[in-house]
Amino acid sequence: MGTTASQLGKDLLSEYQELTFLTKQEILLAYKRFSELLGKDEKDVLHERVPMDRILTLPELKSNPFRKRICYVFSTSDSKNGSLTFEDFLDLLSAFSDSATMEIKSHYAFRIFDFDDDGTLDCGDLEKLVNCLTGETDETKLTAEEMRQLISNILEESDIDKDGTVNLSEFQHVISRSPDFVR
Amino acid sequence: RGMRRCSPKYKVVGKVQGHLTHLLCHSPEPSEEDDIDEEVDEEEEVRPESLSSEELEKLKEAVDERKKLIQALRGKPWPIKKKCVILRESQEFVEKYEGALGKGKGRKLYAYKVLMSKKWMKFQRDFENFKTACIPWEMKIKEIESHFGSSVASYFIFLRWMYGINMILFCLTFGLVMVPEALMGRPYGTIPRKTVPRAEATSAMDFAVLWDFGGYAQYSVLFYGYYNNQRAVGWLKFRMPLSYFLVGVGTVAYSYMVVIRTMARNANESGVGDDNSFNFNWRMFTSWDYLIGNPETADNKFASITTSFKEAILEEQESQKDDNIHLTRFLRVLANFLVLCCLAGSGYLIYFVVRRSQKFSQRDSNIEKEIHVNMVMSLLGMFCPMLFDVISALENYHPRVALQWQLGRIFALFLGNLYTFIIALMDEINLKREEENIIKFNITVWEASLFNGTVSVNSTAPPVTIEPADVPRGPCWETMVGQEFVRLIISDTMTTYITLLIGDFLRAVLVRFLNYCWCWDLEAGFPSYSEFDVSGNVLGLIFNQGMIWMGAFYAPCLPALNVLRLHVSMYLQCWAVMCCNVPQERVFKASGSNNFYMAMLLVILFLSTLPAIYTIVTIPPSFDCGPFSGKQRMFDVIQETLESDFPAWFGKVFSYASNPGLVLPFMLLMVLAIYYLQSTSKSYKEANMELKKKLQTVVQNMFPPLVQQSCFNVYF
Repeated sequence: MGTTASQLGKDLLSEYQELTFLTKQEILLAYKRFSELLGKDEKDVLHERVPMDRILTLPELKSNPFRKRICYVFSTSDSKNGSLTFEDFLDLLSAFSDSATMEIKSHYAFRIFDFDDDGTLDCGDLEKLVNCLTGETDETKLTAEEMRQLISNILEESDIDKDGTVNLSEFQHVISRSPDFVR
Repeated sequence: RGMRRCSPKYKVVGKVQGHLTHLLCHSPEPSEEDDIDEEVDEEEEVRPESLSSEELEKLKEAVDERKKLIQALRGKPWPIKKKCVILRESQEFVEKYEGALGKGKGRKLYAYKVLMSKKWMKFQRDFENFKTACIPWEMKIKEIESHFGSSVASYFIFLRWMYGINMILFCLTFGLVMVPEALMGRPYGTIPRKTVPRAEATSAMDFAVLWDFGGYAQYSVLFYGYYNNQRAVGWLKFRMPLSYFLVGVGTVAYSYMVVIRTMARNANESGVGDDNSFNFNWRMFTSWDYLIGNPETADNKFASITTSFKEAILEEQESQKDDNIHLTRFLRVLANFLVLCCLAGSGYLIYFVVRRSQKFSQRDSNIEKEIHVNMVMSLLGMFCPMLFDVISALENYHPRVALQWQLGRIFALFLGNLYTFIIALMDEINLKREEENIIKFNITVWEASLFNGTVSVNSTAPPVTIEPADVPRGPCWETMVGQEFVRLIISDTMTTYITLLIGDFLRAVLVRFLNYCWCWDLEAGFPSYSEFDVSGNVLGLIFNQGMIWMGAFYAPCLPALNVLRLHVSMYLQCWAVMCCNVPQERVFKASGSNNFYMAMLLVILFLSTLPAIYTIVTIPPSFDCGPFSGKQRMFDVIQETLESDFPAWFGKVFSYASNPGLVLPFMLLMVLAIYYLQSTSKSYKEANMELKKKLQTVVQNMFPPLVQQSCFNVYF
């Protein structure tokens, strides 16, 4: 326990506390979990970049239908391969933490749901989203008719400028009224 | 020279401000920012004396802007690397120029202020960390959340919140009532009310008697009857009766405050406005529970989400159809009638059992009597909900609506049982009071016999010393009430734990081990593992709390007992959930029910303080036990305090304030204020709807409907 704390310097720790919504204990815990993900030869926890398939072995992400999108969104790698450094990992945890603001959460949620990264949620994004949510098995998938109905209902409710897509401000407007979004 | 001396400052400030806006609008590479930073450093050193006040102002503005940026950095959706760079730069800038702002004499004070504010921020952050670390059972609850989802975890969060409230109530009663009497009041055995009567002395230490809260347990600080009515005790001149009364009132007031404050906070968070305007969007974007970390729960969640989508689509399609509404209405009326019959039947049963046990109270011991009553109440509590479930099949409601009806009926059942119990208790109180009158008469006769005929009141014969244990006692009805509640709570707790062990644990063990040698698959088929019943458990918790509120005035030990009970419950139920339960098939949201449970808690709080208040206001206290003995009514203690402890003018003011002529107009004013606030809130809601509609129509008029067509064409 003492060694992990001393490897993450005090200045760095207080900087991370300043910049994220995590408490000191949470940052130290994240440090420990992240260093467990590294291989034997990778010692530099702060600068090492962990590939996506290792990140996805974390039990919290394994069962999440959006795990790949989450990795892509928080990754700062140039090749957009979904690999995360420790700081990206902290960004991820901070956005999902209890004390994060509505703006942060909705901003990242929008980016996670935007499968084609074009800045809006169009019909293709929404369809992929529904398929993610209803699982992969045949019995839980929706039929094409149901899918069409669902997407038209969604657009009817939230698309204010009627351009056929949901942009960030429409998304935020919808989400801010939801009682469930805080978690 | 002069010109050049002024301009660098402007340039510095201007450049910094420009740099700031540049940073915020674009996302520069780290190398770019280093260059700009170096450029700033290369400028001339800013000397504070050479700045004019205008420039000072500008510099101060820039520094303040930077400070605000530092504060707001957390909320910006940028990667940490970028935020780090901006943070370090801003901090450097602030440090460099902040000192320069304090001019002359004021500089030291300014620097000191800056230092203190830094230290304060650091302290606040450390305190936040400490507070988060102090929250008990956080890891346990997080584990349960990841296995079962947020609705099961919401029960445990609710339990923890209740534990906090009970802890405060316990501190109040323990610190202000039990401890002063124990330390500063007269010790055990000195006066009749504090001594076990001679007749019971031999059995006072028996376990059976103690378990039933008789014997030594009865004649202790745990119950009302022990307290002396001396106005001031000890060297502190602690006003014991006043403290007892005020703590009783204070516990209720504190509970109201906490519940209403939590309700207001929940209402704020869940946002204003109608629930159904974004039905589909919410299902889509917010239905995934990000706390789930277990594959089995995840599968259940997928199935549940699919079901909810299909349901919503069907509802939308079938909302026009309503077939055979008359049959449905008739069936619903029939179902409600059956439910009412059940409730009436159960109420009568309880009343009958309580009265019957009183009649035979000489034959059976107290334990058996209590077992009869509680057994009946628990059995009713177990079987009636199942009956209600069957009856609700007639009604054909949407599952969520059906769940609400079910909860409402179980609520009515528990409430009915509780009130029947109280009515039976009231009858017993009246009996005890009649007994009291008889005993009072007997005491005068007994005292006369002591003096051997010299009945004269002004007799100067030395008083005969009698052992306190030998003095004949009145039947202390308040202690009796306290004892009843304590017994009820203990047996209720025992029933809950035993049901938990048998219903969940034993069942899980049987299913697990008998499965090897049974004809059909026990795990998938009939008994299988039990699910955690969130609503049943929450209702049980709420009703237990109601019983505590009801009985706390007469038995100061109740909050302490409840703290212990909740502590044990937390560990036991956490273990049972992880060990014997499986994730629910139908996963319901926690957030929607949050305010629903709070509203129930508020109603129970109100209904459970009513009987206590009724007894305080109407029934005169016993003549020989408790802190109010000898008074006409319990609240006379307030009058007495006002007269003796406060100056005369205070008493006058109070008597004016409590004049009905003043109180009635005040209440009328409050009613009018409530009416006004309600009508303004209604008008705000309507204005909200209007604006929303306006937004829709304005935009619709701007874009031709062709665009809508194009989306579907693209899709197809």
